Formats: sequence, structure tokens, C-alpha cells
Amino acid sequence: MSAELDELYQSIILDHNRRPRNFHAMDDASTHAEGKNPLCGDQLTIWLKLDGDIISDVSFQGSGCAISKASASLMTAAIKGKSRAEAEEMFSKFHGVVTGAHPEDAETLGSLKALSGVSRFPLRVKCASLAWHAMHAALLRNDAVDAAPVSTE
Amino acid sequence: MAVADTGLRDLRPDFPLLAANPGLVYLDSAATSQKPRVVLDALRAYYETANANPHRGAYKLSGAATDAYHGARQAIAEFLGARDAETLLFTRGTTEAVNLLATGWGQAHVHRGDRIVVTRLEHHANFVPWQQLARAVGAEFRICELTKDGQVDLDQMRALVTANTKLVAFGHVSNALGTINDVREIVKIAHAIGAVAFCDGAQGAPHLRVGFDALGVDAYAFSGHKMLGPMGIGGVIVRRPVLEAMHPYQFGGDMIEFVFDGDTTWNVPPHKFEAGTPNVEGAVGLAAAVRYLDGVGMEAIRAHEVALTRYAMKQLAEIEDLHLFGPTDVGTRSGVVSFTLGDIHPHDVSTMLDVDGICVRAGHHCAQPLMRALHQSATVRASFYVYNSTSDVDALVASLQRAVARFHAGA
Repeated sequence: MSAELDELYQSIILDHNRRPRNFHAMDDASTHAEGKNPLCGDQLTIWLKLDGDIISDVSFQGSGCAISKASASLMTAAIKGKSRAEAEEMFSKFHGVVTGAHPEDAETLGSLKALSGVSRFPLRVKCASLAWHAMHAALLRNDAVDAAPVSTE
Repeated sequence: MAVADTGLRDLRPDFPLLAANPGLVYLDSAATSQKPRVVLDALRAYYETANANPHRGAYKLSGAATDAYHGARQAIAEFLGARDAETLLFTRGTTEAVNLLATGWGQAHVHRGDRIVVTRLEHHANFVPWQQLARAVGAEFRICELTKDGQVDLDQMRALVTANTKLVAFGHVSNALGTINDVREIVKIAHAIGAVAFCDGAQGAPHLRVGFDALGVDAYAFSGHKMLGPMGIGGVIVRRPVLEAMHPYQFGGDMIEFVFDGDTTWNVPPHKFEAGTPNVEGAVGLAAAVRYLDGVGMEAIRAHEVALTRYAMKQLAEIEDLHLFGPTDVGTRSGVVSFTLGDIHPHDVSTMLDVDGICVRAGHHCAQPLMRALHQSATVRASFYVYNSTSDVDALVASLQRAVARFHAGA
């Protein structure tokens, strides 16, 4: 079996794909946003509950490939209880790791590190980052800056 | 080489990209084909021996370019079975050809209350231009649904093609399912009430003998790059009565006769519909491609693809949880095999195949209305052409089995 595929489809990724965490709609969310990859048909919605500056709860729903789904699932676990600034900083580091620009940041990402194998597959970066772009859009929408759905195409 | 069973010699050495990459399993010819050396040589030879702007200069070299361009038109028209080569209009490909018809013919002849009928199988290129034309003029846009086997429901087609129908637009072969449509029957239905029958041949011309004059359609569009030719060249053959009723699509050089301060008169077809300096290189390359296809023989190509498709369907059916789409009868399908693999997303399948050097398409195949009807966001599509062999199918099947094992490990 291929080593790069072993790295991409680690058991934690396959597990989160099969049993995504926080996979439900949220009735009392403060904000939400949709993320789409029109070319793939990947589509998900992220809901955030904000308690002041803190993301007190987060959930998602949608359909897509294993990478986009596992990434969304791992993200929800990672940003719950974090401040907005911490979540945005995590996104920035995550993006640097999956694009291969800053592999050294992988160690700071906790379980999100499982997605670092994506850097070997440039065509799949958009799958891994979809949920994060949607999270970012949801925060912006909360500030009523931009309510448009995001796309990573 | 495991190609003997299809009756075709191994053509891989004729294709430089494939010859240089022995491990590459190219199964995405429905997206674009690889190019044989004779096509690449023809492009080079044109620029080295005959390049000038055709139709313009009074010098010999411009004449050579004009001859190359017109000779290509003759060769391609002949290959597609059209005696009247002047009715073949060059475009960038099928997409531009459909837009040319929707604008040049549709806007003049489709009015409020008229009807346009397409099928559920259509590629966006033969769907959106007609949908938007209908919206613009206030015409009805109706979609003929499919039978359970992925064929156009001809009974529904007969009911949909009412007296106010001006156009029936349909693909020769579905790029997503491989379905070969019954062109003559659909033409009969359209012509019974005097509607124009347009056939999108992007997936037909590369694989089947078209025989335009005997086919009965009023217009037939094709893309050169899917039939071993270069990208950026294709065209549409239009029967004279429809051609004469078409308005210019783009304005500029070459398509005019006289330009006055207040008005302009038009050149004759095909020039009337080919504004600007034409893609001579593309036409010459495509002519070389059709000569190559003729050399192999369209009947031999069809037999080869039927054999490969039959073999692939049989092998794929052995894989657990693999679901095949499209007609079950190989006789009514082209060398396109569309499938899903259990709950593994097509993009994950494609990535795993890619690591094994296998190129397939994963996605909606530019046929979202069809995918929605099939309740799929995406499928995996493997498509065959002259250079593929049963060993390519074997590589695909082995790689899919590894993908299943990987995803189901620890499940």
C-alpha cells in the first residue's frame, strides 16, 4: 500500500469520515454559513454558538468526500471552547500545513495534524479547508460583514 | 499485450505522451483524448511550411494557408459523412457550436409560446444555452426523462414534442452514462411536427461512424480534442435550410462582404459564421486526427470499445458494493463506465486511483440535472478509447479493490 495514501487516509480520518462528530444542525446558533465546492458537489453548513468572544458550541452537516467531512469533524472538536482569535489563528496555521507552506506548524495543531498528509495532494487542499472557510464566513456573517456562501473553487 | 481479444493492434506507441509514460493508465478520454504523433507532426508541418493568414493575402503563402484550411474542412466533412463541406462551420468546439446555434438560429426562430425539448442526459453545454434561450424569449423548456435503464424515454419524447416545438436538442452519446441515443428515431419525432433536430456529437463523433447525410439531423456538433485532435477546434455541420436561416453569431473580419458606413452585407457560409482569423492549426491537426481514425477504422474502434466495455462491466460487477450506472446492454452504450463504490466518495476513489497512475474523472460530469435525477452528487467515470486495453481495466479493478480494502480496514 502506498505510504502517501497511508498518510492521507489515516485511521483517524477514516473514523471521522465514518462517524463525524458534532454532526447535526443547531437551532440556537449565533451564526452559520455554508461552504461549497461546486466542482466536487461537496456541500456543508457550519453552525457556531458564540458566548461573547468564545465559540461555546459548533456543529456541521453536509455531504462530501472523506477529507472534507473528516476535516469538518476534527475542526468542530478543535475550535469548541476557543476564542474567535484562537480559531482564526488555528485556521491560518492549518492552512499553512495542508498547503505545505508551513509543515513545521503541524505539531501545534493537536489532532488536526492528522490532515497534514493533504499537503502531498494539492488537488485536495480545497476539500480539507472547506469547513474552515465556512467557519470564517460564519464569524464574518455574525459581524454582518458578508453573508455570501463561500466556495473554495 | 492483452489487446488481441478486441481485434485492434496496440496503438499506444503512436501516442507520445502514453509511450513516454508506460505506467500511466489513461481512462479519461471522454474528457479529452491523447494525441497521436501524426497530429503533433501536422501542427508543426503547417507552421513550418504553410503559415500565413488565410483568405487575406494575394501571395502564394497565404494561398497555401487557405488551401490547408479548406482541405481540412473537406477531410473532416468527409469523415463525418457530409458531402457539402461548406456546411461545416468551424468553432472552438461543441460548446461554441451550441451557442452559435442558440444565438444565430434560436434567437431568430424561437419565440414566446414555442417549445424547446432536451433530454435528461444532456451535458451542460447542450442544456444551459437552450434553457437560457427559452428564458430570454419566453419559450417553454422541457426535459425528456429517462427509462430505468438510462435510455431516453421515447414515448415521453413523442408526448413532449408538440406542434409548438421548434427544437429537439439531444446528445448522440451521453458523456456521463455512455448511453447511445436512437438518433434516427428522435429525428423522426422532431421532423414529424417540423421541429429542428440538433445532435450534440461531442461523445459520438470520436467513437461511432456519424454518416451525417444519412443520419437525418439538422445539425451535428463535435469537439476535435475528444477525437485525437487539438484543443480549441471543433464545429457543427448544419443542413442547408437551417444554415440559410441563421444569422451571424460574431461580427468581424472574413464574415463580411461589404461594409458601409451604416450597414454591412455578409459573406456566404461557412465564412459568414467564422469571424476573425480562423484556427488553421487546429483544423489541420483535426484533419490529421480523422485520417488517423479512418486508418484504424471506425468499425474496428467501435468493436474494440464494445469488447473493452463488456470486459470492464463484467470485472467491475465483481467488486463488492460497486454500483454501475447506465444501460446494461453494451450494444446501446459507448466506452464510458460510470459507477460509485459503496460509501466511498468518488473524489477519494479518484485520489487513490491516481496514486496508482490511473486517470479517471470523478464529479458531476457537467451533467448536474442528470446527477440530481440519479440522486448522486458525483460518480467515478472511466472512459475508453483506441489506446486502452484490457490490462488498463485490470489495473483499474485491482486499484479499486485496494481502495475498498483501505477504507474498510478497521470499519
